[in-house]
Amino acid sequence: MSASDLLDRRMDSPGGEALRGLRDTLPFMFGSIPFGMLFGTLALAKGLDPLATMAMSLFVFSGSAQFIAVVLLGAGSGLWVVWFATFVLNLRHLLYAATLVDHVRHLSQAWRFPLAAFLTDETFAVMERRYRTQGGGPNAHWYYIASCFGMYLNWQFWTFTGITVGQHFPEVQNWGLEFAMVVTFIGIVVPLLTSMPYLAAALTAGLVAVIANPLPYKLGLMLASLAGIVVGVLLDIRKRGLDAPANGTKAEDPGP
Amino acid sequence: MSADQMIPLMILGMALINLAIRWPVYLFANHFRFPPIVERALAFVPVAVLTAIIVPTVLYPGDGTALALTWKNPALLASLVAVAVSYFSKNLFATIGAGVVAFLILRWLLPV
Repeated sequence: MSASDLLDRRMDSPGGEALRGLRDTLPFMFGSIPFGMLFGTLALAKGLDPLATMAMSLFVFSGSAQFIAVVLLGAGSGLWVVWFATFVLNLRHLLYAATLVDHVRHLSQAWRFPLAAFLTDETFAVMERRYRTQGGGPNAHWYYIASCFGMYLNWQFWTFTGITVGQHFPEVQNWGLEFAMVVTFIGIVVPLLTSMPYLAAALTAGLVAVIANPLPYKLGLMLASLAGIVVGVLLDIRKRGLDAPANGTKAEDPGP
Repeated sequence: MSADQMIPLMILGMALINLAIRWPVYLFANHFRFPPIVERALAFVPVAVLTAIIVPTVLYPGDGTALALTWKNPALLASLVAVAVSYFSKNLFATIGAGVVAFLILRWLLPV
């Protein structure tokens, strides 16, 4: 089957959805290249062997937790400290899952398990945007799973590359390619700032994140997120009253 | 415990902790719904979390210990370019392209 045959398939068929899910995840796959490679090189530098480094990417699949774990391990921390840091760092996934759960409720458990286990920051950003701009659809879960597996295979590939290349070129840490991830997030957040409560939520989260940045275990990220949400909700209540509905999903939004 | 046993145990524990956080909301999706105020708060999650990731990454470059609120920080200037392009174009790929190009040029113009 040629590429144009694939593109000609109905947009909401499983294959069409999967292709678009993969396409919309590509910027994040590029954005996580430096992180995968950095993790591979950093883990080796902190004394993990190549097999354990690869196993962590395969079974944990959580970039920030993996980074903190090797840093803590290198500093001589015990198992419980690493596990606690993993827990705290990943609490944000409760918020992600809660945001997306309405769109997977109708699926079988066999579908829901991989969609939960492989959800990352990046796939969350992709899926939140997709559901908000285009709504669901009979095969939206194919779009979702394609995003998950794109990120997963990408992470494994670049971890492996980092392990291999990092041994020969330690200066790869200075590429600065992680900026691709930053601008991708900017391109998602800015169009969301449609009213004063959202703008205030972003400003609060950014300010608290900077002030709280020295806190350990990325606690600053949780604090800043919570502060932004609280400020946003309070201003939203002041603006629209206590009983107004949530306005998270705007399916009429045309998107890009 | 030797390091040979500790590393596999650490990885197993991390994998289980991740699953214990990521899975339950989907697993029990049919049995509970969040209260309206929580659903309303969740509308603010993407803006708050993503901004909380972006801003420190830009303002604490390198090893993440020193605040760089200065014009000599290429990531800061390039982020402002990306914000402007995103605001006026609403186009994700234009934003990424403009931001990355601005970053590369600025980093070349402003050697640390």
